[in-house]
Amino acid sequence: MNALLAPFALIGRQTLALLSMVGRFAIFFAQTLSHMLRPPFYGREFLTAIFNIGWLSLPVVGMTAIFTGGALALQIYDGSSRFSVESVVPQIVAIGMVRELGPVLVGLMVAARVTSSIAAEIATMKVTEQIDALTTLSTDPLKYLVVPRFIAAILVVPVLVGIGDIIGIYGGFAVATEQLGFNPATYIRNTVDFLQFNDILSSLVKGAAFGGIAALMGCYFGMHSGRGAQGVGQATKGSVQAAAVLILAANFLLTSLFFAT
Amino acid sequence: MITFDNVHKSFGPKKVLQGVNLKIAKGTSMVIIGGSGTGKSVLLKSVLGLVTPEQGTILVDGKDATMGDHDAFLARFGMLFQGGALFDSMPVWQNVAFRLLRGSLKRPKQEAREIAVEKLRRVGLTPDVADLFPSELSGGMQKRVGLARAIAAEPEIIFFDEPTTGLDPIMSGVINDLIREIVTEMGATAMTITHDMTSVRAIADNVAMLHGGVIQWTGPVAQMDASGDPYLTQFISGSADGPIEAVR
Ligand SMILES: Nc1ncnc2c1ncn2[C@@H]1O[C@H](COP(=O)(O)OP(=O)(O)OP(=O)(O)O)[C@@H](O)[C@H]1O
Ligand SMILES: [Mg+2]
Repeated sequence: MNALLAPFALIGRQTLALLSMVGRFAIFFAQTLSHMLRPPFYGREFLTAIFNIGWLSLPVVGMTAIFTGGALALQIYDGSSRFSVESVVPQIVAIGMVRELGPVLVGLMVAARVTSSIAAEIATMKVTEQIDALTTLSTDPLKYLVVPRFIAAILVVPVLVGIGDIIGIYGGFAVATEQLGFNPATYIRNTVDFLQFNDILSSLVKGAAFGGIAALMGCYFGMHSGRGAQGVGQATKGSVQAAAVLILAANFLLTSLFFAT
Repeated sequence: MITFDNVHKSFGPKKVLQGVNLKIAKGTSMVIIGGSGTGKSVLLKSVLGLVTPEQGTILVDGKDATMGDHDAFLARFGMLFQGGALFDSMPVWQNVAFRLLRGSLKRPKQEAREIAVEKLRRVGLTPDVADLFPSELSGGMQKRVGLARAIAAEPEIIFFDEPTTGLDPIMSGVINDLIREIVTEMGATAMTITHDMTSVRAIADNVAMLHGGVIQWTGPVAQMDASGDPYLTQFISGSADGPIEAVR
């Protein structure tokens, strides 16, 4: 009997654990928001975070976008009819990059690069009592460590997404014109005519949301790290997992808000 | 004046503090001794709210440590952590001057740096250390930087968690003198954890021994040798025979 019930017990336990985790995320998020509104603000930490999250992520974002845009152009070319191909390829590359692939890929890259490093850094600080030391030096760790990274990510990841969109479209453009023999001027006109303000807005809003999720997960798991090197490892792994899943879920939610009407 | 009243703290099933009662008068130096893992560090952290006791109260000047304005409360304290706990993202001088570079005690950068260099000198470190990063220092040097950081803002109450562990005998002597000086000249209240009996005699006005989750013995340092307490006597003599079991 027990063996029969075991899977249900497991599901039940995991569901409870998940629910309590969601609750703790929510509290952490609320605390972060409330600290954003009260001084002091740490400008230096904010600028460092902008640099780390934004500038240093540019190469990986650029690479991801250009290959994806190029591959997308090839796929669509292969799958569409010979007559409409000149307009279909640029349109689908633009829509695909701006609406979905740009934000999601940049979000996941930021989760891999930024979330993991935030989590590992803060978890190490926790394990080596640096977080305790901050508190005793009258500095709120949430204000000093979490708020600057959170705000920086919300501001900077949309910019990354914008850049990713452009580079992705350029990747498609390059493949189409160099390899498939498209007319460059027509390609550009088809892209520009087809994209709408709403597409671009959704891209940037997604970027802000994903950036916020990525930074917050890194901070949350770092601040709640267990003890020792193992604790740091667990925190890092957990943060990237949570950020990736939440980013994809948020993407679905935002897509349905923007487009499913 | 710091008063512990019946303080209890456990981690999971492990009972660490089981009813600690202790008084530390203003402007005196209390040294806490006791076996490794008996909860000395936890005791200090509980005053600062870094660990929360399940039961009991801690009063600082008659006011509950967990109540009221926590920032103003913490501004009166300095703490040296057992592991140093230096911020490895910033150079040594910014670690020492951390409090002086932000918040209510903020002052011009140049001035903060000068104070940091002066505090480093007091713990026996030369000015060229100021621009190094903590990871570039030896263990004992990190400890002393932590000490300099704890005293940088001249707090009223200072906690030192094993200030001389990992230092050579001469440097230990320098640090012992420094702690004594801070208490007698600046009138600070100090709580020091140490395993070094030479330090105990150099630093302490009063001594308290933590054992089995309670204060086993407390009294003036002069009475320590003639206490007649078997636990304390065994601890001071460092003997394996006595009521404290040495697991082998
Ligand atoms: N955050 C924590 N989580 C779980 N257990 C803890 C935590 N902090 C301390 N402990 C446990 O509490 C006990 C007392 O720890 P504490 O660091 O106070 O010892 P100590 O007396 O300072 O020892 P030492 O002289 O070796 O530094 C130890 O058994 C330790 O495992
Ligand atoms: Mg300790």
